[in-house]
Order: sequence, then structure tokens, then C-alpha cells
Amino acid sequence: MSVAGSAFTVALGLSAAAAVAGLAAPRRTRPLLVGLGTTAAGVAGVVAGVAALGGGSFSAWLPDLLPLAGVRLALDPLGGLFVAVTGAVAVCAAVYGVGYVAPNAVEDGSHGDGRAVQAMLPLFVAAMLLVPAAASVSTLLVVWELMALTSLLLVLAEHRRRAAVGEAARWYAVMTHLGLLVILAGLVGFAAAAHGESFAQLRAAAGGMSPAVRGAVFATTLLGFASKAGVVPLHVWLPRAHPEAPSYVSALMSAAMVNLGVYGVLRVGLDLLGGGSRWWWLLVLAAGAGSALYGILQAVVAVDLKRLLAYSTTENMGLVFIGVGAGGYFAATGSRVLAGLALTAGLLHLVNHAGFKTVLFCSAGSVLRATGSRDLDALGGLRSRMPVTTALFAIGALAASALPPGNGFVSEWLLLQSLVHALPTSATATAVVMPLAVAVVALTAGLAVATFVKAFGVGFLARPRGPGAEQARESPPSMLAGTGLAAIACVALAVAPAAVLPGLSRAAGAALGAGAVDSVHGPVTLRLTGFAGSMSPLLIAVALLAAAVGALAGVRSLVVRRARRVARLWDCGAGPMTARMQYTATSFAEPLQRVFDDVLAPETDVDVTPTAESAYLVERVKFQARVPDRIEYRLYRPVLAATRMVGEAARGLANGSVHRYLGYGFFAFTGLLIVLAVIR
Amino acid sequence: MLSLLRKIRATGRVAEPAPPRPAAPGPDRAVELGGSVQVRHVDAGSCNGCEVEIASAFGPVYDAERYGARLVASPRHADVLLVTGPVTRNMEVALRRTFEAVPEPRLVVACGDCALNGGVFAGAYGVVGPVSDVVAVDVEVPGCPPAPEVIVAALRGLTGR
Amino acid sequence: MTASGALGAAAQVAVVGGGSPLLVGLMRQVRARMEGRAGAGVLQPWRDLRKLLRKEPITPAGTAWVFRAAPLVLAATVLVVAAVAPFATTSSPLDRIADLFAVAALLALGTVALALAGLDTGTAFGGMGASREMTVMALVEPTILLSVFALSVRVGSTNLAAIVGEAVRDPRAVISPVSLLAAVALAVATVAEAGRLPVDNPSTHLELTMIHEAMVLEYAGPDLALVEWASAMRLSVLLGLLTSLFAPWGITTGAGLAVLPLALVVFAAKVAALGVVLAAGEVFLAKLRLFRVPELLAGSFLLALLAVAASFFLG
Repeated sequence: MSVAGSAFTVALGLSAAAAVAGLAAPRRTRPLLVGLGTTAAGVAGVVAGVAALGGGSFSAWLPDLLPLAGVRLALDPLGGLFVAVTGAVAVCAAVYGVGYVAPNAVEDGSHGDGRAVQAMLPLFVAAMLLVPAAASVSTLLVVWELMALTSLLLVLAEHRRRAAVGEAARWYAVMTHLGLLVILAGLVGFAAAAHGESFAQLRAAAGGMSPAVRGAVFATTLLGFASKAGVVPLHVWLPRAHPEAPSYVSALMSAAMVNLGVYGVLRVGLDLLGGGSRWWWLLVLAAGAGSALYGILQAVVAVDLKRLLAYSTTENMGLVFIGVGAGGYFAATGSRVLAGLALTAGLLHLVNHAGFKTVLFCSAGSVLRATGSRDLDALGGLRSRMPVTTALFAIGALAASALPPGNGFVSEWLLLQSLVHALPTSATATAVVMPLAVAVVALTAGLAVATFVKAFGVGFLARPRGPGAEQARESPPSMLAGTGLAAIACVALAVAPAAVLPGLSRAAGAALGAGAVDSVHGPVTLRLTGFAGSMSPLLIAVALLAAAVGALAGVRSLVVRRARRVARLWDCGAGPMTARMQYTATSFAEPLQRVFDDVLAPETDVDVTPTAESAYLVERVKFQARVPDRIEYRLYRPVLAATRMVGEAARGLANGSVHRYLGYGFFAFTGLLIVLAVIR
Repeated sequence: MLSLLRKIRATGRVAEPAPPRPAAPGPDRAVELGGSVQVRHVDAGSCNGCEVEIASAFGPVYDAERYGARLVASPRHADVLLVTGPVTRNMEVALRRTFEAVPEPRLVVACGDCALNGGVFAGAYGVVGPVSDVVAVDVEVPGCPPAPEVIVAALRGLTGR
Repeated sequence: MTASGALGAAAQVAVVGGGSPLLVGLMRQVRARMEGRAGAGVLQPWRDLRKLLRKEPITPAGTAWVFRAAPLVLAATVLVVAAVAPFATTSSPLDRIADLFAVAALLALGTVALALAGLDTGTAFGGMGASREMTVMALVEPTILLSVFALSVRVGSTNLAAIVGEAVRDPRAVISPVSLLAAVALAVATVAEAGRLPVDNPSTHLELTMIHEAMVLEYAGPDLALVEWASAMRLSVLLGLLTSLFAPWGITTGAGLAVLPLALVVFAAKVAALGVVLAAGEVFLAKLRLFRVPELLAGSFLLALLAVAASFFLG
């Protein structure tokens, strides 16, 4: 068996062993064993993925594992990329989880070190590793459902502590299963039209199917995969489930699971269906653009740190969808090199996002564990109390705001280059769509910078705004190690993205059905193939450092030496300045909320309680302001209300009278006989 | 906009020609400032008469800015505190804190009779005392209110221009 | 990489570093003369910087490395942009490492550093300045990137040397509709990024009207000198980018060393002229309410979008 195959098998075996350890081991050693096992499984997954990216693929056919259909596995470069990313995120999350579930002083009660939760973690990782390796419809559906179930149980880990967890898990369960239904409908329709269910058979038969059938399959599977990726308007489970899950689970979900939605679109749309018509990819691009804008707008006004990060996931997946949509669109119009560039940009952004989202969620989890609060308005001053976590969050925030010298900047630059070079050779649709796409990416980038300046500046700098933040202490070493591993990956991707580019080209090539599409190359300076464009992230970082040192040396040489004095903050002479006088996250985002209030529709509630004696004297005034998810209000509430109405009307059908039930049976049976007689 | 442009051309230069430089040298620490003096004004309980004159001093007619003095918003950006008014009880701590916020080398200019010796309000119940009771004063500008030329001359003594 | 290119880049940095306080002084002098005053002279900002370097450095209680490092990051980003951009020569060796997108992102990094410093102080004004600055910056990004897109279409590249070199070779490109629309859009974006009227008043004393100033209220001494110098350089660099992209005459494209001093002088003259126009224009403008600034920026965004459409439909 090839390296990829053996490493993959080892990964699955280690996950199973870790799951058994989670069920069987005593409480004291359970987190450590599960953590070690999952980390080892993650490492094996990375090895398998990198081997597959390098060209060594594997396939396996296990006929007896699933009744009727058997399990078919195959790992090609595209799948290998997702296996590698999942494995890497699993390593960081598992190391982090060892320390996270240990009891600590601030939060009482268990943190998710129960048997069920600990056993689910390696199973979740295994399911995520299996999805990119599935090579038949039934295998894909089974492992997809396994992934959904294990993640659902993990989301429920802290349900005894907060009521919101149960509600979030309900939303997540319903939406992920509706997604599964839609994917099932699409793929089963595809398999029926192709008279076979393995991916090889589907690929061969796709050329012969009519465009209407292909379009229907793509549209239905896109709905399901887009929902998993957190694309608007099917994203509503994401900002509910990710904040309520334990932080290492949030990291796994945001940095590894949502990627599989992108994988699904690439696999079914580009690989199996062979590319298809242009309107498919314009739809993907439009969905991506909408998600990117809506996600970052909600993140800018979010005050809950983990909700902010969840909406940022929606935004980044939107950007990846823009890249994927542009890539598919260029492939459908015949510009192969441009398609490769756009796909490479999208995939690089996916990898970068996995890195920095892991750092961000793990740091947010450290903050939550140390302060007991996710509310940015109550945090602050963590710079001196949790210095390592602050530095790690700073690395993640720099990457997420797509500024040099972070790694998010490289993928955003590539994405913009792929959109910008489309114009000269093209149709009117391109001329309309590409500028709008660039405008969306630009506005998203600007708002992302504002979001992460808010999250880092308000959450970590200055002074604590609440008692929780005041008594915060640094996290245990395993949590810092897990976050640190992801941060090291971010830094490596920032200065040497050329290391992953060959693998990404091979993955993009596998998706496009060609060989490797080498659209970007260059060890230090990234140069585009076939277009003029170059940028060097490493040299920019070096130049910045040299300029900073030069400026410092210049100032030091010119300055007249005086001792530096620590002075009282300038508070206009009055004082003292309390910590509550600092700007909060709500106030920081208020100008942007005002600018975009048509989209966000913020709500305020004022509740005035008069005293018992007189209605004119006020005892208490309660003011609440929030920004709800407007799509949830406008789209989902009417659907849920209509469902409830239908359900209540249907109750009338079952009123308890035996005569009525007998009547139903009688009329249904005679009606069926009449229909059969007429049809025959 | 055109009418404004015509007005600018018609008005021409408003600033009066600079009077001869004051003969008396300024305090020694002001020499270090090298012709650039940032001034932070502190109203320590004044009746605003001195403020009107200071506004005139920095206005187009007397144009104190041409000698290198400039008003700034934050004491951290300033070299000189321009204090007006007798120091009231409520402003005593504020004045001291403003002075401490200014980086060295720093000077204090007491502007107006109230700042020098309490002026009309000397001995009132709400007044702590002249500015020199609260912070050390380097330059005194007498008058109630002092004419803008006197204020400008004091600032020129600091900038040396 | 050629010797003249490297020398040109170094000379650009020197001219920008040394000349930007003079530019600020010139703009203040023009404003003063138009207001009927005599003005402090063009050299006054140099005197201010010299004095600030002699003052006592102060660290406000409770701030830490973010506050200390922000002026350095701001200065570093502007210095890198000054070395990359083709102000006097298009053969700078750093041109390949950063294109217009990267230059815009570097300028944004400088703004972010200062905003974080404002938040680090923990004062209400610092947070207010940071919040407003981030709002303006988020809304300016689409205009800048779309204008870059419009300018890059004809040339097929977003690298500055390519765009400017093409404009030098074919001067009619500068007066094409694409170029004119992009010029107006970028002019509004420059005013917003540099913090000039009507978006922000650099000489206001009222904290509630401040955007940029509010973030630097706590800086003193050499730190303040670095911030002031870096802000002046930022203004010069932004005006220099405008002149290089839309009035590229005088920029050397060849490898000749002899033409370099002339090119630097022409660059300085162009930036000074643009600065005078900007300062004169500011006399007629009042600062916009903060919540009217998005309307101005939306207008510039529309112009940039029209520029891209023109670049497609008009070739």
C-alpha cells in the first residue's frame, strides 16, 4: 500500500483506539489519552494528505462493510488537501483540548471530560478524514451523517450549563439533516441517471446526461454543501452552534468541517459533473459574495467574541466560494490558466483560514476559561494577565484582517489578481460580475480589519472592564501549545506560501480534471504564470522590519537622552478614570452599525418600570440593544411560523374519534383501488 | 466659492507688521525649544476676558503663529501652559494634573491679573490663590485683560523670534 | 536590479523623509496667507520635530508594547511604500515585491497600528479616534481597490512600475475617461486616508471632532515626533502616488544615473504643487459631519465603479 494509504489507515485506527480510550479510561487519564490518540491520528492524517498531494494516491474497496453498497475509498490530490488540513487542525485542537477539559477555578462543573464527549472527539476527526476520501455516493452519505452526528454530540457537551446550548444544538441538528436530505436527493438522482454509484461511474456518465439533469443535481447538492460551509442564507446554524460548543470543538468545526462544504462543491460540481454551465458558477460566486459581506457585517457589530469569530467563518467561506465560483466560471468559459489561478487562490484562502481560525478560536477559549465571559464589553486588560494568549490572538487577528505580513493577505492578493486579470478577454457577464466581486472583496477586507481591531483592541488591550477579566490568569501549557502550533503554521504560511503552492496546484488540477495547473510559482517572490503580477510576502516583512529598525536607529541617534517617565493617563485633569469609561466593543462598532443599519436592522428595547405608588415615578429603566440575524428573522421565522400553522391545522385531523380513523382507512383504501383500476 | 475667493483677494493680508522683538531675553529653558513653542491653554476659573484676548492674539491681526507658537489640544503635545483666571478650588487639582502631564522642558505663563495675584477675585471664597500658589510660574503677563500685543510679546520671548 | 534603480529608491526615501515636513509647512503657509495671516514659515515643522526630539519621553500608565511600537510600525510602512512606489524612477528593486494592492494594504497596516495604540491607552478619546478611523478606512478600501483595478486593465498588471511606465510611454492614457474617473475617485480616497478636510480637520482642538488626532493625544516627545513625521510622510506618499499615476511626466524609466536628480526635483515640485492646491481647496471647505462622510465615500466608490466599467467598454 502506498504511503498515503498506510498513513490513512493508521489515522483511522488511532482514532478508533482513542475513542475506545475515551469510553474506557478513568477520568484522570481520559483527556490525556484521548488527546494523544487524536493528535497522533491528526499527524497521520497530515502525512496521508501530503502524500496524496504529492501524487501518491490510494484506493480501497471494502464490499462487506456497508450492506448493499460497500465502502469505496479513494484519495486523490483534491481529497488529500482536505485530509491534510483536517489532520493539522485536529492536532492543534486535540493538544488544546487536553488542557481545556481539566477543571479550573473560574468555571465550576465539568468541562466536557465525560465519556461520551471524549469518545466523540476522535470519531469526529475520523469522520472528517473520511469525507474527502469517500469514492461512492453511499460512502459519502454515511460518513457525512457520521460527521454530523458526532459534531452534534460534541456541540451538546456543555448543555447542562447553559440553556442556549440545547437551542443551538436543535438548530444545528435540523439544518444539518435538511442539508443531508438535499445532498442525498441530488446525489441519488445523479446515481440514478448514471446507473451506478461509484464516483468513477458518475464521472464517466456525466458527459452523457442532459444539461437540465446536471443543473438540477448541481443546484440541489450546492444547497446542502453551501449550508455546511456556512454560506448565506443557509448559515443560521453557524453563529448559534459555534459559540456554544467547547472551544476546541468550535475550532474543529470552523477550521475543518466547513471546508468540507467547499470540498463537496468542488468534487460534485467540477470533478464529477465536469464543470457545467456558467450560471452554476455565477450562482456560487454570488452566494460567496453575499456571505462574505453579510458575514463580516454581522461580525463587525457582534459583541460576543465567539459569535464574532463564527460570522468571520461565514465571511471567509464566502471569500473561498468567490474563488471557487470564479475558478469554475473561468473553466466554463475556457480560460484554463485563470481558472487554475482562481481555484488556487480559493484553496490557499481555505488553508490560511484553517490556520488562523484555529488560533482565534483556541485563544477565545482560553479567554473564556480564564475570565468566564465571552462578552467583549466585559473583557480587556488581558495583555498583562495573559501575555502569551494575547500574542497568539494578535497573530491570528493580523492574519484574519488580511494585512501584510499576515498569511490572509497572500490569499486575498491572489484572489484579487485572479479577478482583476479576467477583464480584457471576456464577455459582458464577466465585465459586470468581476468589478462587483472586487468591490465586495475590498469592502469585506476593510470591514474585516475593523472587526479584528475591535476584537483585539477592546478584548485584550487597555484595562479590564469587568471582574472576570481582572482575575484572569494565563492558560495551562497544553492550551498554549495547541494554539501555538496553529500560530506557527500561520507564520510559516505567511512567509513561505510557496511551500504549499505545488500541492494546491495539484489539487486545483485534480478538481479541473487536468494535470497540475501551475498558476503561481516562485520560492520567495510569488509570480503569476501567464499574467504579469508579482508580490513577495517574505521580502515585504523583511523590508518592514528593516524600515522599523532604521526609523528606531534614526530617532535614537537624533534624540536628546532623557529618562522615560511613567505618567498618569491624560483624563482632562478631572478623574479618576474608571475602566468603564473606555470604549467598548458596542461603541467601537456603532458608526459602522449606523452606516449599515438598513442591512443590519438593529433593535432596541426600553423597559420602564414605575414605582408601585405612582406611575410618574420611575423605579427602573432597562435598555437592551442587539443586532439580530436579519436573515433568520426575515427568512426562517415565517417558514417556522407557517410550519407551526400547518401542524396545528393538522391536529384537527386526529381528534380521537375511532369512527373518523376507520373512515380514513376505508376511503384511502377504496380510493387507491379506484386509482389502480383507472390506471391499469 | 467664487465670492469667497473674491473676498480673499480683496482683503489681502490682515496681519499687522511684526513689532520689534522684545529686548528682555526669555527664561533659559525656553532656549532649548529652539523657536517652536506649543501652547496649551488652561482656564483655571477665568471670566473669559483673557480668552478673548488670547483668541485675538492668535487671530489674523496679531498672528502669534508667525513667531512659532501654536495652540494644541493635549498637554502631552505642549511645552507651555498658558493659564488664565484665579485658580478656583475646583480647578486646583486639574491645573496641577495638567502641569504634570506636560513633558519636560515645560514652562508656565500666567496670563492676566487674576492669574498673577487673584485680580478682582483675590480672597474670594471659591479661590485658592494665584497660579504661583499651585504651579511654578515662569512668565507673567499683567493686565485685565492683557492686550494681545503683550501676550504676543510674552510668547515671542519664549520662542526667541 | 540596477544600480540606478537602487539609488533611485534610496533617494526617493530620503526626499520623502526629508521633504514631507516641508510639504506640511508649505500647506500651512498657503492656508495662512489665504486667511490673511503671515504664517510661521515653511521650515516650522522642522523646528517642531527638532524640539520634540529634545523633549522628555512619556509612557502613560497602563500602556505597553502596542503603544510603544505603533509609531515605528507606522513609519516603517510609509518608508517601505516610499521605496516601492515609482516617484522618480520605475526601476526600483523593490517594485517586484509589492504592487498597488500591497501598497494599499501597507498603508492600512499603518492606520491599524495607530488605532490599536489609541485603544491601548484606555481613554475614551483614544477609543473614539480608533473607531472613527476604522470606519473611514473600511469605507475607503473599495474605492482604492476598484481604482487600482481600473488602472490595471489596460496595462494587464497591478505593479506600479508597469502602470506608470505605460503612462509615460503613452501620455494620452492619462486623459482617457478611465484615468480621469479613477483620478477623482482616488483623490477623494487620498483626502480620507490622509485625514484632511472635509473628512477630518488636522488642526482641530475639539476632541469630539477629531479622527486622527484623537488617537495620538497621549504621545509625547520622540514618540510624538515619530508619529508627526510618519503622518507627514504618509501625506507626501499619498500625494506622490496621485502624481505618479496621473501626471507621470518626469519619471525616469531607463537605467541612467544622470537623470535621477532631475526626476527627484520634478517629483518634489509636483507634490508641492498638488499640496498647494489641496491646501487652497481646504480653505473653502468645512469639515463634514462624521455620518455624512460615508455618503462622500460612496460617491467616490461609484466613480471608481464607473472607471472600471469604462475600462471594459471603452477599451
